[in-house]
Amino acid sequence: MLQGWIQIALILVTVIILTPLLGKYIARVFLHETTFLDPIFGPIDRAIMRTIGIHEAEGMSGWQYVQAVLISNIVMGIAVFSILFLQPILPFNPNQVGGLTWDLVLHTTISFLTNTDQQHYSGETTLSYGSQVFALGFLMFTSAATGLAVGIAFIRGLTGRSLGNFYQDLTQSITRILLPISFVGTLLLIASGIPETWAGTAQVTTLEGATQAIARGPVAHFEMIKQLGENGGGFFGINSAHPFENSNGLTNFIETVAMVAIPSSLIYTYGIFMGNLRQAWLVYGIVLAFFIPLVVMTAWGEFQGNGQVNTLLGSMAPNLEGKEIRFGWSLSSLWAIATTATMCGAVNAMHDSLMPIGGFSTLLNMFLQIVWGGQGTGTAYLFIFLILAVFLTGLMVGRTPEFLGRKIEKAEVVLASVILLIHPIAILIPTAITLLLPENLTGISNPGFHGLSQVVYEYTSAAANNGSGFQGLGNGTIWWNLTTSVAMLLGRYVPIVALILLADGMQRKQPVPMTDGTLRTDTGLFTGVTGVVILILGVLTFLPVLALGPIAEAFQLSSGL
Amino acid sequence: MNSQLTNLQSKPPRSPDRKGRQVSTKGLYQRAVKQAFLKLDPRVQLRNPVMFLVWIGTIVTALVTINPNLFGNATDKNPMVFNGLITLILLFTLLFANFAEAVAEGRGKAQADSLRATKSDSIARKLSPDGSIQDVSSTELRKGDLIKVIAGDVIPADGEVTQGLASVDESAITGESAPVLKQPGTDIASSVTGGTRILSDELVIRVTADPGKGFIDRMIALVEGAERSKTPNEIALTVLLAVLTQVFLIVIATMLPIAQYAKAPVSIAVLIALLVALIPTTIGGLLSAIGIAGMDRVAQFNVIATSGRAVEACGDISTLILDKTGTITLGNRLAEEFIPVNGHSLKELAQVALNASIFDETPEGKSIVILAEKLGASLTVDRSTATGIEFSARTRMSGTDLPNNIEVRKGAVDAVKGFVRSRSGQIPDELDAKYESVSRLGGTPLAVCQDNDIYGVIYLKDIIKPGIKERFGQLRRMGIRTVMLTGDNRITASVIAAEAGVDDFVAEATPEDKIEVIRAEQAKGKLVAMTGDGTNDAPALAQANVGVAMNSGTQAAKEAANMVDLDSDPTKLIDIVTIGKQLLITRGALTTFSIANDIAKYFAIIPAIFAGAGIGQLNVMGLASMQSAVLSALIYNALIIPALIPLALKGVKFRPLTANQLLSRNILVYGLGGIIAPFIAIKIIDIAVTAVGLA
Repeated sequence: MLQGWIQIALILVTVIILTPLLGKYIARVFLHETTFLDPIFGPIDRAIMRTIGIHEAEGMSGWQYVQAVLISNIVMGIAVFSILFLQPILPFNPNQVGGLTWDLVLHTTISFLTNTDQQHYSGETTLSYGSQVFALGFLMFTSAATGLAVGIAFIRGLTGRSLGNFYQDLTQSITRILLPISFVGTLLLIASGIPETWAGTAQVTTLEGATQAIARGPVAHFEMIKQLGENGGGFFGINSAHPFENSNGLTNFIETVAMVAIPSSLIYTYGIFMGNLRQAWLVYGIVLAFFIPLVVMTAWGEFQGNGQVNTLLGSMAPNLEGKEIRFGWSLSSLWAIATTATMCGAVNAMHDSLMPIGGFSTLLNMFLQIVWGGQGTGTAYLFIFLILAVFLTGLMVGRTPEFLGRKIEKAEVVLASVILLIHPIAILIPTAITLLLPENLTGISNPGFHGLSQVVYEYTSAAANNGSGFQGLGNGTIWWNLTTSVAMLLGRYVPIVALILLADGMQRKQPVPMTDGTLRTDTGLFTGVTGVVILILGVLTFLPVLALGPIAEAFQLSSGL
Repeated sequence: MNSQLTNLQSKPPRSPDRKGRQVSTKGLYQRAVKQAFLKLDPRVQLRNPVMFLVWIGTIVTALVTINPNLFGNATDKNPMVFNGLITLILLFTLLFANFAEAVAEGRGKAQADSLRATKSDSIARKLSPDGSIQDVSSTELRKGDLIKVIAGDVIPADGEVTQGLASVDESAITGESAPVLKQPGTDIASSVTGGTRILSDELVIRVTADPGKGFIDRMIALVEGAERSKTPNEIALTVLLAVLTQVFLIVIATMLPIAQYAKAPVSIAVLIALLVALIPTTIGGLLSAIGIAGMDRVAQFNVIATSGRAVEACGDISTLILDKTGTITLGNRLAEEFIPVNGHSLKELAQVALNASIFDETPEGKSIVILAEKLGASLTVDRSTATGIEFSARTRMSGTDLPNNIEVRKGAVDAVKGFVRSRSGQIPDELDAKYESVSRLGGTPLAVCQDNDIYGVIYLKDIIKPGIKERFGQLRRMGIRTVMLTGDNRITASVIAAEAGVDDFVAEATPEDKIEVIRAEQAKGKLVAMTGDGTNDAPALAQANVGVAMNSGTQAAKEAANMVDLDSDPTKLIDIVTIGKQLLITRGALTTFSIANDIAKYFAIIPAIFAGAGIGQLNVMGLASMQSAVLSALIYNALIIPALIPLALKGVKFRPLTANQLLSRNILVYGLGGIIAPFIAIKIIDIAVTAVGLA
């Protein structure tokens, strides 16, 4: 048992140590200071910018930035849709996989475009190498870079800087951050035994003389950006539980750290932009204050195992259903929490088989979207909660609320509210409709409280742009493909537009100098207040579904029914 | 004065020498109860999205009371009684919220009525261009008309005195019983306000405001709430409350199929009860009352704000610009000491100073006479044989021409030096040293001479208002910077600044400097408040974020300002800032309290209504039954509104603390209190509800 906790602690400590290092580097990139990669990528950046017709990277206004995000995403979406749709006639298809239904293509395109990577298919049997690498692999870089660019534009605006140029930010997110780290990470993964090959499925004769087909492919680089960009869409159907995606303790270590590294470091980057690292570490504290208890609760639940199974066994055993023995209860629990916290959505164990407390924790992560949160957007949401906390409680110091020296007025409240409102809309409404239509209920493998969790999880994962699943749900139908697509689009682009416009408005405001009458947000007290505001605004909204899903299931289990 | 902040209107006036407006609260509550029912009109409710949702909820629960099976089979036991109780509680929630608003409005109206009493249609004597007098109704007067008023008349409109000299009783507006002298030309004394009464002599006045647009009319409209528009912060808060309401509406609306699927069905009435318990009805119901009460508190303080926005801006003020005289020091400087030079004795100096001041009627002059007499000097000349020389801005001296062509003068040291030099006298070397020593004490030095002989220096002492230093200390703690403006020289100014404890000062300042100082502060992003009374203050009053004009000031100053102090007490600026802060704190505290309450309400209702899903163990409060849990939470939700009305109207007590101290304090009381209080209250109500057998 101790070993399990040490494994968890080791990964967490590594992430924390990496945070200031990577955070500083990201800040250098986006403050346009020189980095050691400039000699290599400087010319490439310029060539890319020239190709898309930008000679001088001019700062954009809010609407220009929004336009740039939406137009570039639509163009990329159309390109990827075409590749997937035309898969049977395109090259790089050694295994001769056939075509996909239009709704699955649409769902998959939107899923990867929105950095969600919800998969209603199994990669090894559905997609060609070309589709995986050139369509989905491409979006894994650009969707992560889009999130990062928006997150950076947001903090630029909050701190009174120009929002920057989206195309420049997008390019540099890839060339300075995602690509170099992925390159190093891929080499490490290959060295640890992950395959990277264009050769088709291997046909081998087993010791018993039977013939077995072993799926393989250009996995290692795909795996790395899947984790680093918080994409989560696996090369294989069972994602990082597959030995060719995640072979051993070392690969699991690399992949877990890669998953959390950027969102964790981005908080530090925000601190540098604000010129207030204390504020950054306090915000970091809020995240840890949610993250660590959730990890401990989940791991404890898995370690305790299923009481009813244990009664049959006659001994205490951890819950290992749906888990890889090489990861065990501890690394599976840590991964489950990290992947739902960061909106990565990759899995190394089946979340459907988690104990109710694990189901509760993973759902809670995705309801909140701020325990690290999505690439770029998660940190921005954290600051949205800070703004809301300032607005709600800041009046109590006798001044109209201000954050980072800028007044929070109607426009900011409206935009922050949009972000607050869109999540329950995108989750609860489709959940309710799905449950009202009996033909959808057949896909639920485990009716009752757990079945409710399966449905809620599916839409939450989509709306939060997470992409993991309660795998028991039969979600390959037109209904699921289309409704989750809507949830993903709402959950992605509505908040992005709101974030950019909010930052743009803040940037235009005259800063108010700090006095003793100013509410300081970089204090322990205010950080605590923010935590409670997050709990009330973020959790209470979803308390009824949590009560009827995992909580009711937990009571059901413990009462032995 | 500070204690006044928490005073209710019905309490006696603040000090015996002031009349303060007495406002009748008789019948206020009866009228408010009636209003509470009238405000159930959906058109009124629509203005407040939170309460409108409660209104709709009440209608729906009323329907399921009449027919419990209207939306599917009723699952609760005794559904008609239970639904009826929910309907009743929701109705009371609405009435309580309406009542809060009605009481606040009623107070404003009472305030307005007392003002209106001062203003009645009267007959005005209008002067025609040919000089003839024509009697017209005061409502027919227009801007620019000339009118004549004589002793005993109520002045029919705001205006400027163009001819005459008369004393006017302004107590109806200011509460100040001493009559005020009005005459043309002088900045301050030439403006008159409609509704005041002329006591002696007669005046010719040029009307400066059309009827209904006068000062009192504006005041009435504002305190009545007729012109009250929501302030920016209030609008932003309403938006957030509306969004929270929408979020919970989605949560509740989707709960029907979700609970159905989980085989823990809930009835419509229970869902509506849960919805109303979760949406921020407490702050939603009290928000407008807080705003109206804030305006009212300002008015009680005898200050008229032209908009709620101005009151709210007060809370954000980070720099106060204060005139030294009248604000920081008492208006009158008094002679403190005589310092002889040139070998003259103290007694000789006293005698000359006395002679120079015998015609000086200013408080300074009188104090010189008193001090001189104390030192043994006495009036030796016959007043009728001497001539007084009045002070003028040009000569900066005053004095007396005695018989035998003896000229005695006192005045600014430079001016007296010039006077002596022009009569080929010598300037003693020690003079500058004495003069500087007086300056260094923060006093104003006056030189005294007889013909070409300088006798010495009079030390006029500025008296700093008692308690002002503590006030500035409080302001500093609140993060507000004070800047003193004075016409004094640098040395005097720096001494007074240090003594009064202001953060900065501008010496030898002209009124025009004010606007420069304001612009400089605003360029740094600060919000600036100032007071002023003269016409040349008007641009600065307009430039300042909060400009408070003195009622005794000119029309131009009052037009430019966004507040007018009826008592003409510039020190009040400090109180106005605290009123603004208090308004914001009250709004914030009740918002925090209201939202923090949700935790307890959730824990009361969710385990109860989903007991069918086996989560009964979450009923940590041990509430008796599902029905009693729902009713208790709802009753709490309704009762908390009237319970908080006094706080909403009076305002949270303001303490001059730093922002962080204020936050910790208020978070403890309203945040933590808001989490804990409902747990206890709901449990008690549950016991009571069960005891009387309601559920």
